[in-house]
Amino acid sequence: MTRRSVLAFLGLLLAKPLSVLAAWNEQAFGAKTAADALQGIGASGAAASRDIVIEAPQIAENGAVVPIEISSNIPGTTALAVVIEKNPFPLTGRFEFKEGAAPFVKLNVKMGETSDVRVIAEAGGRSYVATREIKVTIGGCGG
Amino acid sequence: MAAGPMKMRATIAGGNTEVRVLMSHPMTTAQMKEGLHHIRNVVVKQNGKTVIEAEISQAVSRNPVFSFRLKGGAKGDKIEVSWVDNKGESNQIESAVA
Repeated sequence: MTRRSVLAFLGLLLAKPLSVLAAWNEQAFGAKTAADALQGIGASGAAASRDIVIEAPQIAENGAVVPIEISSNIPGTTALAVVIEKNPFPLTGRFEFKEGAAPFVKLNVKMGETSDVRVIAEAGGRSYVATREIKVTIGGCGG
Repeated sequence: MAAGPMKMRATIAGGNTEVRVLMSHPMTTAQMKEGLHHIRNVVVKQNGKTVIEAEISQAVSRNPVFSFRLKGGAKGDKIEVSWVDNKGESNQIESAVA
């Protein structure tokens, strides 16, 4: 083994555990109220915005799979987060968009009951929020 | 149910790259008999460069499906999506834009 290949091998060994240690905002995801979740992601003072688009059913028959599509038309949006007000742990996800990615994501979420769903956009160091109520016929958090 | 394989489709639409990815994962909450087991981190790379980093909770539905949109792009671009869950399990998939 040459010295270079030994270094490459060590690099491979190091690269694997690092991926497991990826950041996860324990404080924000552990928050039990929407206010605490917003604080946990630094969005307490988010200003209401009509430039955040939330596409979702008005009534979700199955709370275990509620499709939501979110996007932001606010210039320079670098992140979007989903907070489901009445879920036991309201923060559902936070997506960071680097150069080359559009501030858009479609995903399926679980909702325990009818709730306001807040979408937070981060742009230029400020936070913006839009809210949409989704009614749920059969909750999807237990089981 | 343990974590299983992933599926991905990346296509050019309207001048952008649309990525649709499915992850086989139980995504169970602490209230369920299986206990808390959910994906925490998702990373999307385009030609080796990280373009999206996500942190998600157990409130994402079982067998998560995500759609992402990358600005521009071309056929043949290499798209890679990986995830890590709260037990340290991980998986990834790579495919070329069609």
